[in-house]
Amino acid sequence: MRLTVNGKAIDIDADPEMPLLWALRDIAGILGPKFGCGIAACGACTVHVGGVPVRSCVLPVGDVEDNVLTIDGLAQDGRLHPVQQAWLEEQVAQCGYCQAGQIMTAVALLDEISDPTDEDIDNAMGGNLCRCGTYPRIRAAIKRAASLKAGA
Amino acid sequence: MGAIATITRRSLLIGAAAIAGGVAVGYFYYRKPFPNPLDDDLAEGNVTFNPYVKIAADNTVTVIVPRAEMGQGVTTTLAALVAEELDVALDAIKVEHGPASYAYYNREMLAEGGPFAFFDDGLIAESGRAAFGAASKFLGLQGTGGSASVRDAFDNMRQAGAAARQMLIAAAATRLDVPAGELRTTDATIVHQPSGKSVTYGEVAVDAQTLAPETLQLKEKAHWRLLGKPQMRTDMLAKVTGAPIFGVDVNLPDMLYGTVKMSPRFGAKPTKIDLSAAEKMPGVVKIVQMDTTYGHGFGIIAQNTWAAFKAAEAIAVEWGEPDYPADNAAISKALQDALASADGSALRDDGNVDTAFADVAREKLVEADYEVPYLAHACMEPMNATARLKDGVLDLWSPNQVPTITRQLCAGLAGVGQDNVNVHTTYMGGGFGRRGEVDFSMFATLIAKEADGRPVKVTWTREEDVRHDVYRPAAAGKFRARLGDDGMPVAVDMAIASPSVMASILRRTFPWLWLPGPDKTIVEGSFDQPYTIPDYRVTAIPAAISIPVGFWRSVGNSYNGFFHECFMDELAAAGKLDPVEMRRKLLAAQPAAVKVVEKVAEMAKWGEALPAGKAKGFAFTLSFGSWVGEIVQIADTPAGIRLEKMWIAADVGTALDPGIIEAQLVSGAVYGLSAAMGQEVTFADGMVEQSNFHDYDAMRIFQCPEFEVAILENYHKLGGVGEIGTPPAAPALANAVFALTGKRIRKLPLNKEVSFA
Repeated sequence: MRLTVNGKAIDIDADPEMPLLWALRDIAGILGPKFGCGIAACGACTVHVGGVPVRSCVLPVGDVEDNVLTIDGLAQDGRLHPVQQAWLEEQVAQCGYCQAGQIMTAVALLDEISDPTDEDIDNAMGGNLCRCGTYPRIRAAIKRAASLKAGA
Repeated sequence: MGAIATITRRSLLIGAAAIAGGVAVGYFYYRKPFPNPLDDDLAEGNVTFNPYVKIAADNTVTVIVPRAEMGQGVTTTLAALVAEELDVALDAIKVEHGPASYAYYNREMLAEGGPFAFFDDGLIAESGRAAFGAASKFLGLQGTGGSASVRDAFDNMRQAGAAARQMLIAAAATRLDVPAGELRTTDATIVHQPSGKSVTYGEVAVDAQTLAPETLQLKEKAHWRLLGKPQMRTDMLAKVTGAPIFGVDVNLPDMLYGTVKMSPRFGAKPTKIDLSAAEKMPGVVKIVQMDTTYGHGFGIIAQNTWAAFKAAEAIAVEWGEPDYPADNAAISKALQDALASADGSALRDDGNVDTAFADVAREKLVEADYEVPYLAHACMEPMNATARLKDGVLDLWSPNQVPTITRQLCAGLAGVGQDNVNVHTTYMGGGFGRRGEVDFSMFATLIAKEADGRPVKVTWTREEDVRHDVYRPAAAGKFRARLGDDGMPVAVDMAIASPSVMASILRRTFPWLWLPGPDKTIVEGSFDQPYTIPDYRVTAIPAAISIPVGFWRSVGNSYNGFFHECFMDELAAAGKLDPVEMRRKLLAAQPAAVKVVEKVAEMAKWGEALPAGKAKGFAFTLSFGSWVGEIVQIADTPAGIRLEKMWIAADVGTALDPGIIEAQLVSGAVYGLSAAMGQEVTFADGMVEQSNFHDYDAMRIFQCPEFEVAILENYHKLGGVGEIGTPPAAPALANAVFALTGKRIRKLPLNKEVSFA
């Protein structure tokens, strides 16, 4: 199978039933998306397929028909994405394990709604679990990212 | 005597050194308790000054932070201790975990392990702390736990930075031919202002390494540049870019992948095995049978993780019977039987409780029974480790909190000497006490033995992780109190039964050791609270249930905080007293506690009338040397109870990084609230019923209250930070639910009785 991941074409030699997450991690060596649950319940594995956030732990790699973006491809030319920059400035991460998924979901949220309300944030981010309890800073960082993007 | 009493432990240590050696030169230099582990693998051009500092010729400064980074910020705060004294910028240093070594033993982790309260400065308690701390050194226990990292490192790592700086200055003085007293340091450079000459640390590092300082001068708190102020975390950039820093991200040439399938009944062996279907599955390399102190089962080696997961499902196996109560009713009965046995140790016994209750009038008596369930840690990163056994050397990449124990136990399994084991400690996707275990490292080691020298990355499924945890123990408590005429409690009698965490840990790590004395974790959070009540007894009763239990963020405080503080709330209600006012009176002997209570009450505007359908609850717990008060406000909504806002006031003695401390207080509270609202691990047929986040969920962003945090520095001893937010969270919420609904819920989780939005 041929996939386009973070702008690069890669060949994946795997069972088409293998979830995209494991194809990325174990076959392609792209380690940004994390394994948390395997049942689309925690969001740690979130990547974009065709610009839409998906849970790569349950999406068969054979069903992927559009470009894949992982956190590894988010920064451009050495510049952090505004969402990453906001995460840095708000010092969001603790253990950090869920944050790749949190950031990918937040990027998609801000692509769709440039100035999200608290309710928008609740709706978009509710599927991304954080056991360290970074939620207040995630909320602050999304709002900061919205203004960074508006100012850019 | 008064003057001696005010001398800090640090100055006593340095004073002792001054007497013994004629000079005060800091911990590592005067004791040389262990060889410097950095001497072994020093890269060309690097110089090591002590186990914490390396400097390269190109002026790269590396600080060893030999504690597990699981989110609590040790790689920032511990590095800042060195950077502060060494006069380097925090973002200019490289932080490494370093090797497993006895040199990094954690004295403070065991120092509070004895049966005495934190505020007890008496001779017996102080002697006990010294003895337990010495045990940690004897064991060479390099561990991260007990919220002890900063307390342990506060002197050692500042001294390490200061000593290195002074050695560098001495070398620079010779090199530049100027008096050392005229040299200043900044950004890893030594400057002689009168002449304009300067050298970098790297340029004089080789000369400096033999110039052990004669005296050590630590900065006064008033002169701190980094400490006491929020720092940018040293690990933040890696964590916002998805960098491969975790155990699951280990990626080695020629690596195989694997997983485990262990008996769902703890300690049970397979009685019938058919591997034929699993072995034939595509991508499967080998299936290994494993028998360990952590249980029996199989390791699967495959070409990729997914193939290993599929093969694990395909293993056909029947398991033996459990040797513990097989379901929740039986567990509950075992706890109640233990309570009824009265076979315990009174770790607090003030006054004469039996006499106090002998003639109590019915209307002055308050009685209550409490119970909490087993809980899983559910770290975001499932358990995993990577191992390679090649040419008699075991390399282990493990996200673990106990490198020296890991090295020792895995060396035994691999059949190699400890000198031939390299433990590479990775960053951790959550720990919460779960990674203070050795199971994941042991399993990877046993699997690597069968992989012909190739490395194997062994990742557990979430289901395996939830069903093979070392659980926060279930516990039950029986409480009674006698109220005085003014409504204040004059006698309190608490008996708490729970399986012993310490005994459980020894069974699976060092089964030939026994536990000396009672396990204080059964009652920590109840027996050691700073309340003054004339007749006050707290009894710990170990319950013989062999389901594996372990350290779960705040350990015994997690349920004793709930028991003790909900019962206090009950006493206030029965005595017709305001719960905050009652605590202020009971805590009067400890001004630090009173200030915490007053601060959080003021922040939350406690006492002001609330609109209908809203209520607040309060709780206070002293744990890990820190004093914490929490108030939560909740609202009745059509969707259920919503947590609107939580206020936290915490006295940590000295706040080294207020930004990280705030994050940890919120984190601990969210962890406790998650459990209180809806978490429980239940059993049927000897097996855990929950398996993944659909049936063992945690708080989501839309359930998370707003937080407001105040950090106080009134107490004279440094407190811990990583766990202290957890104990008061559950009782604050349960007490708020009582205030809102009139329901006194004495059994967790709360969602058995009320629903949350």
